[in-house]
Amino acid sequence: MVIRMKFKKIKWKHYINYIVIGIFTAVMGSMSVFGSMNASALYLLEKIAISIILAVSLSLVVGFLGELSLGHAGFMCVGAYLGGKAASLLTPSLGNGILTFLIALLFGAGAAALCGVVIGIPALRLRGDYLAIVTLAFGEIVKSIFQNTSKESFGGAIGLNTPRFDKKYLFIIAFVLVLLTLWIIQNLIRSKHGRAVTAIRDNEIAARATGINVTKYKLVTFTLSAAFAGIAGVLYSYSNYTVQSAKFGYNYSIEILVMVVLGGMGTINGSIIAATLITFLNTKLATVLTGDLAVLQNLFYAVILIAIVIYNNAPALKSFRDRYNLSAFIKKYLKKHDDPSHVKDDAQKWDVVPTKIDMNEVLSVDMVPPEMKDSMGKGGKK
Amino acid sequence: MADYILETKDMGISFGGLKAVQNVNLRIEKNQIYGLIGPNGAGKTTVFNLLTGVYKPTAGTFYLDGEELKGLSQEKINRKGIARTFQNIRLFNNMTVVRNVMVGLHNHPDFKCSLWTSLFRLPRHFRCEKEMRARAKELLRIFDLEEDRNNLACNLPYGKQRKLEIARALATEPKLLLLDEPAAGMNPHETEDLVRTIKTIRERFDMTILLIEHDMKFVSGLCDEITVLNFGTVLAEGETKKALADPEVIRAYIGG
Repeated sequence: MVIRMKFKKIKWKHYINYIVIGIFTAVMGSMSVFGSMNASALYLLEKIAISIILAVSLSLVVGFLGELSLGHAGFMCVGAYLGGKAASLLTPSLGNGILTFLIALLFGAGAAALCGVVIGIPALRLRGDYLAIVTLAFGEIVKSIFQNTSKESFGGAIGLNTPRFDKKYLFIIAFVLVLLTLWIIQNLIRSKHGRAVTAIRDNEIAARATGINVTKYKLVTFTLSAAFAGIAGVLYSYSNYTVQSAKFGYNYSIEILVMVVLGGMGTINGSIIAATLITFLNTKLATVLTGDLAVLQNLFYAVILIAIVIYNNAPALKSFRDRYNLSAFIKKYLKKHDDPSHVKDDAQKWDVVPTKIDMNEVLSVDMVPPEMKDSMGKGGKK
Repeated sequence: MADYILETKDMGISFGGLKAVQNVNLRIEKNQIYGLIGPNGAGKTTVFNLLTGVYKPTAGTFYLDGEELKGLSQEKINRKGIARTFQNIRLFNNMTVVRNVMVGLHNHPDFKCSLWTSLFRLPRHFRCEKEMRARAKELLRIFDLEEDRNNLACNLPYGKQRKLEIARALATEPKLLLLDEPAAGMNPHETEDLVRTIKTIRERFDMTILLIEHDMKFVSGLCDEITVLNFGTVLAEGETKKALADPEVIRAYIGG
């Protein structure tokens, strides 16, 4: 009995994404380890994991802090290059194992977090569009810096070669990192600190007047978001064997932003689903459309995006969705059949209805003047 | 000096050549309800902004409970003990009612819980959250908002939004509560309710309240003392009835 009580108390809604991703990873992992999966499927899974980490971490800044950041690929770029470099430097001494990977991961995440602090500082003074432009510039600057490095340091335009890791296991590690990202970011959001962040989004002036340290929370959010982008970067360098700065341009930042926006601002689960779908579609379209049709890939991608945006916002479709809404239908069905309590008698609420007219006063006043009453009485008798 | 909760000394601010407010000397005793009135553009809200650190006074200074607060940031002034509400309601609209109040409890010494504790969900985090929610509910019960606690703040009716804003300000446990036109836009029924609420706050929290208001009936029914501002300077001050009867004040309001 006691156990059941405790069982009920757990909010399943809060853990559903861990459970789904955990089961998915376990199934795919066992398929890969005990069976066999082809290289392209493994690569797709790695890409999905990377996209989820990127989308969820950007969603922290865009959806919860309410600042538009267009430089997320820049943070990823820093993580990919520095993590990749650390890995290739460490491989001769430590071997190409999990230890090297973890050190590279820490290094990449740390470097990206440092950049997050640097970008977080202007974010304290700039708002909206202006901040978006600063972050956009940051992404482009990082890209060109790595493009112009020497061949010995970061490989310049040719790119940096990074160590190879057993592909059979890499995506499992990637999904474990997805779970870690989710855990940390959701813990932040569902704490008093996350509440402070959303308070800043909703009304910065009120947040200040309520004693929220706006400076601290903006810096923390930018840093945390950048650190996870760095982790995604290190994963990317491991998954691709080579890091080329051209990949981390403006377009990639926008693609991550699209994942967040499509998933719905301020919902982590939405970002996860959107990241998965967009990555999957992108990869599938690239394999289906070959030869002359390859140019159509971007077109399809754009059409899908437009369709989803229209589906979310067009008034006609909105009413359609409301009418054929599954959850509303279920609610209606349940209520009809076993819950008569929804028929409420709200008569006792009348005294709190905000109105200028005092009901008692109205009722006590005799509406009919006495002289009229007289004639009315007579009329009745006749 | 320490007898006064709030004392301002020749406080003023000028924007360039424009002297928005000058030589304001307020003296508010503990547990008083003090009114700040004046015609439109007299500088009432500017005084509030000076006291909460939105603007820094360019002349004079002010003390809260004997401690000089001039030049501190908004966050720090709030932590020192001045909380406010706004003329145009500023709630955290996309958060639930109970969460709005919980944001107010953020810096409360009873609910200290570092960022790392929350990030790694240590036991302290859960205890802290549970206690915060309980305290917030307690506050909401006083304001008769408990039933609405899981509604979004933006879905509340106007009068309740006002009350919620006051509840959030009180959650920071201030020594002085500033209310900027609390009765603006309210119907008589809601205003009556508000008067009751403000009186309850004074008794229950032993609170000192400084409020700006245009509704004279509201002011004379509630305030112990008032200060009348006009064109950024003090026109009259003292006991409410006397100050309101001052011919200068009548002239400022009615003209002539």
